[in-house]
Amino acid sequence: MIKKTSWLVATALTVVFGAAAQADWKPAKPVEFIVTSSPGGGTDNFARMVQSIIAKHKLMEQSVVVTNKGGGSGAEGFVYTKVAAGDPHKLTFGTNNAYLLPYVAKLAYKPSELTPVAAMALDEFVLWVNGNSPYKDAKSFIEAAKAKPETLKIGGSQSKDTDQTLTSLIEEATGTKFIYVPFQGGGAAGVQLAGGHIDGNTNNPNENAGQWKAGAVTPLCVFSPTRLQGGAKVTATMGWSDIPTCKEAGIPIEQFQMPRTVWLPGGVPQEAAEFYADLLKKVSETPEWKEYIERTSQTNRFLAGEELKRFIAEDDVKTSKVFEREGWIVR
Amino acid sequence: MENFASLLHGFGVALTTYHVALMVVGVLLGILVGVLPGLGAPNGVSLLLPLTFTMDPVSAIILLTSMYWGALFGGSTTSILFNIPGEPSSVATTFDGYPMAKQGNAAEALTLAFLSAGFGALVGVILITVLSGWVAKFALRFSSPEYFAVYFLAFASFVGLGGTSPFKTVVSMGLGFAFAAVGMDTVSGGLRLTFGLNELLSGISFLIAVIGLFGIGELMLTMEEGLRFDGIRARVRLRDVVRTIGTMPRYWVALLRSSVIGCWMGITPGGPTAASFMSYGLAKRLSRRKEAFGKGEPEGVVAPETADHAAGSSAILPMLALGVPGSATAAVMMGGLMIWGLNPGPMLFIERPDFVWGLIASMYLGNMVAVLVVLTTIPLFASILRIPFAIIGPIIVIVCFIGAYTVAGRSFDLWLALAFGLAGYLFKKLDYPIAPLVLAMVLGDKAEDAFRQSMIMSKGSLSIFWSNGLVATLISLGLVLAFWPLLSMVLARLTRPKTTSATA
Repeated sequence: MIKKTSWLVATALTVVFGAAAQADWKPAKPVEFIVTSSPGGGTDNFARMVQSIIAKHKLMEQSVVVTNKGGGSGAEGFVYTKVAAGDPHKLTFGTNNAYLLPYVAKLAYKPSELTPVAAMALDEFVLWVNGNSPYKDAKSFIEAAKAKPETLKIGGSQSKDTDQTLTSLIEEATGTKFIYVPFQGGGAAGVQLAGGHIDGNTNNPNENAGQWKAGAVTPLCVFSPTRLQGGAKVTATMGWSDIPTCKEAGIPIEQFQMPRTVWLPGGVPQEAAEFYADLLKKVSETPEWKEYIERTSQTNRFLAGEELKRFIAEDDVKTSKVFEREGWIVR
Repeated sequence: MENFASLLHGFGVALTTYHVALMVVGVLLGILVGVLPGLGAPNGVSLLLPLTFTMDPVSAIILLTSMYWGALFGGSTTSILFNIPGEPSSVATTFDGYPMAKQGNAAEALTLAFLSAGFGALVGVILITVLSGWVAKFALRFSSPEYFAVYFLAFASFVGLGGTSPFKTVVSMGLGFAFAAVGMDTVSGGLRLTFGLNELLSGISFLIAVIGLFGIGELMLTMEEGLRFDGIRARVRLRDVVRTIGTMPRYWVALLRSSVIGCWMGITPGGPTAASFMSYGLAKRLSRRKEAFGKGEPEGVVAPETADHAAGSSAILPMLALGVPGSATAAVMMGGLMIWGLNPGPMLFIERPDFVWGLIASMYLGNMVAVLVVLTTIPLFASILRIPFAIIGPIIVIVCFIGAYTVAGRSFDLWLALAFGLAGYLFKKLDYPIAPLVLAMVLGDKAEDAFRQSMIMSKGSLSIFWSNGLVATLISLGLVLAFWPLLSMVLARLTRPKTTSATA
């Protein structure tokens, strides 16, 4: 009994002091949000959503200034963050490109020069085909690709980025070969599919939602371990939760998701990273954030600290294997 | 007819005191950011965006689009008065607008620009109203080969335009392509021409080049020529404005032709920049006064302005209906739409008709408000030219550098602007045309991406450019335009002996 009480007291003390330690550090001037995409991109929406929630709920005393540094697929923003080493008033928003970009392009920063703060959501990938296409499920699509290798065209955003990586994983898992066509962004790849100029794409749910509602594109399967949330019907017959997982549908890929990540420059005090992790945690608990997650059909998952580091390490190993196989790695 | 009922409903939404007040505020703010080169519409709209989070989506988009119209008008103003285009699409306006201002006809040039811009925008909006369903479907037929064909058409309509040698045009265009290639390449994901400089990762901004080539380069020339603007003695009265309005019907052919080009490029979606260049090129080619172009020909102002605004307003349609932003500003607005909880795409017309038709109605009203506001302030703008050069010159330098800095907030860009200024001065001295360089810089990387995507799709076969009627027509038209100077020379050679033998 005594033992248990003392343990409780100890925990209580740690919690109190832990909280006090976190409260020690506070931004002393306006915080710059660096967005590693151009205005209107997925990362831009993510950062501006966080900005609007912080402002609405007054979660921080200091104001927020958003700047877009999307050049070089976001490399511009990460190099800028690296140069700002030791400045805890610069928060950088990205995806897994933060630690994957330096593999495929010769850049002036290393992932170890950034401080990971949090991952706030996992964006999903769905295999889509044109609404009038003869392929009604993932199996028939893969069969068609097998029958005629290097004829079906899969479009995606940029080169050697998530979409092309996923296309390569599909090819490896099913023994097929596609023609990958890189476009400027997921929006363009969505319109090209709706217009029937390509045979498929691997857009995020949000990028194709409008076209799906209009019947211009059809989802075949989602690269997630479980089906998507959301019971409401999007079209007359289907809703997000009616899309089978790719594993169910016969493409043996367990999971392919893209984390939405937040970073600080290197060499900042530990307390600063904890302050922002705490702040972002509060953001992720607001109804507005839940509404954003639901509207964009992402998976709500908050990662910080050790958990985040483990996630990054795993994703890094998995993806760099694909880069290695495709010969994309620059040295 | 259904569309007109919806439009009337839209006017009901847009015509409230609150919304009209928002339009006036938006237009004024827009003129302000448009007049400062570098700040421009995309940055202005981004700055204003956070303020709209708490607003109703219809009010928010009315404020933002009004700001966009204002910025476009503001951009034309600096093009004409100082040879500094505020937006890529107003570059073509400088070709004849600035010479007109130098000759003392600033008021006439500004009035023509604003009126033809208003006319173009109106045609664009009418097109949206009438054809909204059909146009959205048509844009879906565009894939990479079609895009390339459209860009090629824009380049082709520009070849052989300048009075200078075609060789110089090619050199200038080639330099533009090289500048456009700097940064990360979409198709290969590799870095090009960055020489290990982090500042070049995001490429060279078109605006920096323009501020240097036109703004600073022009100032150096003015300094050399005796430190004065030629327009200083120009008197500007409201009467001049009214007189110019009376001359507008004279340009009906140019107005109609440019509106058609603008709408076509807005929908297809080649964009306002390609539209204004192409329109200027065709106007010069088809005009009886070819020689006057580039030296202050009014039609050289009317043509690009009309096409620019016709394309700018009709380009809103692909953004709403397909979720593809046609310009940087449209991309920012689309980000806004998503934060307000609206998904751009085919379903927007069905799910939120109040928003869509409110926006379209506000485009009619916003443009009228903008034209009225800018017309009444022309004497004010034009009187800037009467300020002695010793005062206005340094101010322009400061504005240029502030503009160059605001593009991305980097001091490196200031040096870049200075370097482009020197280049612009040398270009003028050696009689190399700047326009082909600018055109290549704006459309070069897009054209390259489209070409290489086409090649990936066809596994390297050029036949993809003749694979359907649409792309075949576009590319054939482009080829004819590109080789027209050569063709007409050959034709002249072939026909001449006949005529001589006939007379003999």
